[in-house]
Amino acid sequence: MINILIIALVCCAFLCLFRIARGPTASDRAVAIDILGIMIVAFGAFMSVKTGKEFYLTTALVWALLNFIGVLALSKFLEGKGFDD
Amino acid sequence: MRETIGFCFMFFGVVFDAIGCIGLIRLPDLYNRLQASLKCVAMGTSLTLLGTIIIVGLSPVGAKALLCLLFILIISPTTEHALARASYFAGVRMWEKSIVDKLKQDIEEPKS
Repeated sequence: MINILIIALVCCAFLCLFRIARGPTASDRAVAIDILGIMIVAFGAFMSVKTGKEFYLTTALVWALLNFIGVLALSKFLEGKGFDD
Repeated sequence: MRETIGFCFMFFGVVFDAIGCIGLIRLPDLYNRLQASLKCVAMGTSLTLLGTIIIVGLSPVGAKALLCLLFILIISPTTEHALARASYFAGVRMWEKSIVDKLKQDIEEPKS
């Protein structure tokens, strides 16, 4: 059961990769990268349930925070302002 | 019994993830794609983490899943709002069949 769910999640991640490769503007790629990070969090939760190990979920937590900072910095860069205002 | 309920939550989470990704592929412009992609977060990954909490119960893994759920629900709308505003001011155009642009009205007629 959980293997089928993991395979479906990986197929969705490939759809996100299609949008990253195809996207017309840089903002589309930023959106797709954000969603890909969120899916990696879900993947960490699946692996943590499947194997019973704890560190997958720790990795997912750190990934969520780093994804937030990265996409926020990317949006400031796209707007054309400095990082301190 | 508890595992069955948890797997049901996870299944619906993956279904919402798939719907969000199909929206990310199919919708015409950036703002519609943002609107579809938040479904991935608000229902998809949240339901998956909720299913994790139900399956593992009260344990360190469950506490981390709860923390991750709260972080995602706070962080992700902030990110998408900042990204939408930044790309509007960077000059990303709306779809040509869009009919309302409230931010442009606010810029032209500032509220007193």
